[in-house]
Amino acid sequence: MTNKPPSSGGFFPRNFQIHPPAYTPDYKSSVARSPKLALVSIGNGISEIAGPVFGHEELGPTDNDLIQNYSAKGQSPIGERIIVYGRLMDERGKGIEGALIEIWQANSAGRYRHTKDKYIGPLDPNFGGCGRTITGEDGQYEFRTIKPGPYPWPNGINDWRPSHIHFSLFGPGFSQRLITQMYFEGDPLIKICPIVNTIPDKEAIGLLIARLDMANTIPMDTLAYEFNLVLRGCRSTMFENRPEGN
Amino acid sequence: MTLFPKIHQELPSQTAGPYVHIGCTPQMAGLETIYGGSHLGSKMVNENTLGIRISISGKIFDGTGTPIKDGIIELWQADAQGLFHSPAENRGKSDLNFQGWGRQPTDILTGEFHFDTIKPGRIPYLSSNKLQAPFISIWVAARGINLGLHTRMYFPEEVEANAEDPVLNRLEHQNRVHTLIAKPLEDGMYQFDIVLQGENETVFFDI
Ligand SMILES: [Fe+3]
Repeated sequence: MTNKPPSSGGFFPRNFQIHPPAYTPDYKSSVARSPKLALVSIGNGISEIAGPVFGHEELGPTDNDLIQNYSAKGQSPIGERIIVYGRLMDERGKGIEGALIEIWQANSAGRYRHTKDKYIGPLDPNFGGCGRTITGEDGQYEFRTIKPGPYPWPNGINDWRPSHIHFSLFGPGFSQRLITQMYFEGDPLIKICPIVNTIPDKEAIGLLIARLDMANTIPMDTLAYEFNLVLRGCRSTMFENRPEGN
Repeated sequence: MTLFPKIHQELPSQTAGPYVHIGCTPQMAGLETIYGGSHLGSKMVNENTLGIRISISGKIFDGTGTPIKDGIIELWQADAQGLFHSPAENRGKSDLNFQGWGRQPTDILTGEFHFDTIKPGRIPYLSSNKLQAPFISIWVAARGINLGLHTRMYFPEEVEANAEDPVLNRLEHQNRVHTLIAKPLEDGMYQFDIVLQGENETVFFDI
């Protein structure tokens, strides 16, 4: 077991001002898939505070390397080579070690390797488009991949998704479960995307935009983007008297 | 006194989109060989797992009554003794042959999901000694769902325990309790459909 025990009896309540509401008609798929009745708030008991444990041994050595994990020997996918790295932490800034992060994305032409994606952008024989990792000490993670291309999608007549990587996140507690998307600094499609704009708080959108980090590039090889991941934090309890960052 | 205050904000949620299967159940998307050929959470029990074997099948319906074919569904539950396989569990040692977590796609053609698991034991309510009726926590993500949805499945044969369950009892609309109770099929098999919107909308929780 690699998860650290949560340090308290429950999580900070979710801040619904920064999450998209269920019903966002400019994103048409939400219209028939949004519950109309209020969520029923229940407290955090053991079933919400606890969550599944994943071991490093369940993963393969190239699972976090999308340049290698699907490509033929000696070949690599087409596209801009990037590293996406950062830290998974809770709202108190504590690193979350031993957590499972899964990602999926389109290839550099904006095409997904999925039986249902019929976009004209070509498949890349050397790119699968999924990766996963378990966070290290202090919540560090990294993926190597290629920058996904933007793609058009059936919503409005001419809607395009900005380049993005989908992230699925686990914390130690099942109530921390979150799926979100990462965008790239400087992409002009971000501000006109109906899915990005389901987020009501425009400032909060910035939390999903990865920063180009020239200090961590590999010269003549790979660019780097920093993307820090934050999940709900545990509330402190009177029993917690250990130093910060434990 | 808050010793360690909230200094960051949880990331905003974004929909899982139509291709969540690539990331979470890649074999269902057409990536048969990746990750050794099976996705995490595909198998919940082995032959040594303690407890009564059950299976759960169902569909997730949108507001027009159409089953969702591009979603994922996750289960999280206690073992047969009511203990969780988690470092947060301090009431005893859980069954080492049971992780308590499973994940399945809704089928790309039919929309059906299916799990083989065990019936969970009862667990206490919050920090009290009062026991809850046995239940399984469920989380759903799909295209069009902007924030993953939490619900619970209870068992139809637990009539007494359900009647005194503190969570079921706190529902303002008692005529919605039935949306959280599975339908019994033949022995050990249950049907649990999830309705996102409209008549018989499933109760979803803010946890
Ligand atoms: Fe996408």
